[in-house]
Amino acid sequence: MLVLKKIEKLAAFTLVGSLLMVGCGGADSSDSAGSSSAASEATAMENPVDPSTAGNIVGSVAFEGSAPAMDAIDMSGESVCANKHSGTPMVQTVVVNDNGTLSNVFVYVKEGSAIDGMQFPTPSAALLDQDGCVYSPHVMGVMVDQEITIRNSDGLLHNINATPTEQRGFNSSQPVTMETSQDFGTPEVMIPLRCDVHGWMTAYIGVLTHPYHSVSDGSGDFSLSTLPEGDYVVEAWHEQYGTQSQTVTVTAGGTADVTFTFSADMANAVVPMGTPVDLHDHSLVTDQQ
Amino acid sequence: MDTIRIMLLVLTVMTIPLRLDALQEDDLGKVTYDRWCSECHGVDGSGNGSAAGFMLPRPRNFTLAQYQIRTTASGDLPTDQNMLDAINNGAPGTAMPAWDDLLSEPEKQALVQYLKTFSRFFPDDEVPQSLDFGGSTRTSEEVVAEGRRQYEAIECWKCHGDQGRGDGESSPTLVDDTGFPAAAADLTENWFFNGGDDVEDIYRAIRTGLDGTPMPNFSDVLDAGVITEEELWAVAHYVRSLSPEEVPGISEVVQARLIEDLDVPRSVADEIWNETEGVYIPLVGQIIVQPRWFNPRVDGVWVKAFHNGEDISVMVRWSDPNNSPDQAWSDWKSQVVTTMEPKEGGDTGIGASPDQLVVQFPMQMPEGMERPYFLKGDSRRPVYLWEWKSDRQTALEGEARGVGTESFQAEGQDLSVEGVHKDGQWQVVFTRPLLTEDENDLDFITGEAIPMSFFAWDGDNGESGNQGALSSWYFLMLEEATPTAVYVAPPLAMLLAGALGLLMVRNAQKREKENI
Repeated sequence: MLVLKKIEKLAAFTLVGSLLMVGCGGADSSDSAGSSSAASEATAMENPVDPSTAGNIVGSVAFEGSAPAMDAIDMSGESVCANKHSGTPMVQTVVVNDNGTLSNVFVYVKEGSAIDGMQFPTPSAALLDQDGCVYSPHVMGVMVDQEITIRNSDGLLHNINATPTEQRGFNSSQPVTMETSQDFGTPEVMIPLRCDVHGWMTAYIGVLTHPYHSVSDGSGDFSLSTLPEGDYVVEAWHEQYGTQSQTVTVTAGGTADVTFTFSADMANAVVPMGTPVDLHDHSLVTDQQ
Repeated sequence: MDTIRIMLLVLTVMTIPLRLDALQEDDLGKVTYDRWCSECHGVDGSGNGSAAGFMLPRPRNFTLAQYQIRTTASGDLPTDQNMLDAINNGAPGTAMPAWDDLLSEPEKQALVQYLKTFSRFFPDDEVPQSLDFGGSTRTSEEVVAEGRRQYEAIECWKCHGDQGRGDGESSPTLVDDTGFPAAAADLTENWFFNGGDDVEDIYRAIRTGLDGTPMPNFSDVLDAGVITEEELWAVAHYVRSLSPEEVPGISEVVQARLIEDLDVPRSVADEIWNETEGVYIPLVGQIIVQPRWFNPRVDGVWVKAFHNGEDISVMVRWSDPNNSPDQAWSDWKSQVVTTMEPKEGGDTGIGASPDQLVVQFPMQMPEGMERPYFLKGDSRRPVYLWEWKSDRQTALEGEARGVGTESFQAEGQDLSVEGVHKDGQWQVVFTRPLLTEDENDLDFITGEAIPMSFFAWDGDNGESGNQGALSSWYFLMLEEATPTAVYVAPPLAMLLAGALGLLMVRNAQKREKENI
């Protein structure tokens, strides 16, 4: 009986979901195409969030002070990679955009009672590419057990050395153009990856039990969409400037606007690595309220 | 009532030994660990024992449960047998000794279980599974050649270097998972391979990687169909072929072969050097006088020598990934210097230091077995030195009466030198007349066991002054010219024997005729 009820519920969600997609059709074609393909793959589980009462968080990451000068990467030993870059490739630790915003900031829901205990479908594989002897993307988020396709587009030796602290890592070689699959079974923010062959190549992966994560882009923008209404602690993580968090209230159908500001003065910040993410820990939410 | 009491008593007594047994087993691991392991690995297993700062690589941090030597997949936990093997065999080339004969079997077993308690990654129920490596293929010239092709194709040389001496382009930037400098293995010295020296050990390291270090696993490459198991075995055979067939035995004497009517080889490129194997002489860090050095790069030198009755040439070769000072290694150098304890006023990591080699002899041949103090002699028994530096084209002769008293002759040098760095190896040839006019130079007399020892420094590994590697005393023996008698006596003896034989045959024939 209980199972039946669940199925009925799921069917209702699916119906509402597909209706909504039809309604939004044309507004953002790429987005809806992405979610429909994800939905078709994840047949075992549907998104438990009722889109009719959901809201969004959008925002940007501002940067104050003068952008630190990054070192140029010496790729003279790897002409294949050097030739893929039009200019001099630079170390990606701090990437300040032309509009004064900060790239590569991992923004994610750290706490939120509204999504406690919710089971989200696992999205299809995320791509981590090694192209021009840099990781693309440099920072990414995935869900627990989500497949990560690690691609070598350079056709020369890379090794992918993942060093999480909450779970077991791996150190895998890719001597030719090829792909391998990996996944992480435990939530952790963040997991460092490096290529030992090319000491400048680093990447960070955030692993969560939910899909509410984003990385600030070339305009400093990020977005977390289709969140159930409620209060959330949203954290922004940067590999050099550490973390910041804000409590954000999401209302049904509303869009909360959030701005994080990092500054050049934070260069010596403690950067948390390998922090377990426990949604059941509400100490921060209650503290701030 | 009494019966019940007695029964209770019996029951209690029966349980005591059981509980004691259980306690002892738990305790044995801890007691053994605290006594023998904690000094380096720390009481809490974090790898931060009081001696850890003297070591590179640092002692294993057991809380991460990251083990290099495994038959299990990259990132997987080791099997009990893997851990037991690591305890038994130690880690050659590091401070970790082999505990094979030093601990009892129950102690080692208890230790394995105790080590697991440091990490939350060891589950109670899941037993780590070993990978199937197939069987070792047989080696042959073709297999080794195929291995070389694959070594190039999968780019082992990026870190290990073209000739395998740990001098690949990526080698100066290699660090382990805790950020400490991690040298790429010198594949020409299999007796220092962490995890064993034979082809099976090499194959295991390739397949499962060395977790916690930059060495990745190649099982994923195999699974992706990029390389076959046979080809990976060929790589292992090729790597094995880079080291001598047998671990070089300890040989006390370097023979300087006599080459009459020829000039001695003054150049590294002289082909006559290929005619002799040479003697391997192990070196260790200088840890007697301050500032000490616990992280020597040069762990051994190969020595060959020739003389022609007039001059002597001694060739010393050793693995060193670069010709110091080299800008590419400056970060490595400062990292090593800041990593290593103790700070005793040695190299600060700032400024450039060359690679160096010093060959040491007694100033006068000792009478009997008494040799000078091996650390640059003393006032009673001074030493005579040959000094070569990578940033200088000449070699200097010098003398010393103890550490810090070295002085080198500016003029009247009788010593010439050629040093060549190629493929992660220094080859340095010293040439000198056997006899010189200088009374502070040792005369090289044939047929005598001349004490000889070595000091070596890798500048970009933070080594200079007292901070370097050294050997104990060995001997240099110059082959004596064969006395003329050797050429006369044997033919004479042969002639005589021939004549006697002929005489006997004649006599026999004569007797036979008489009998008929």
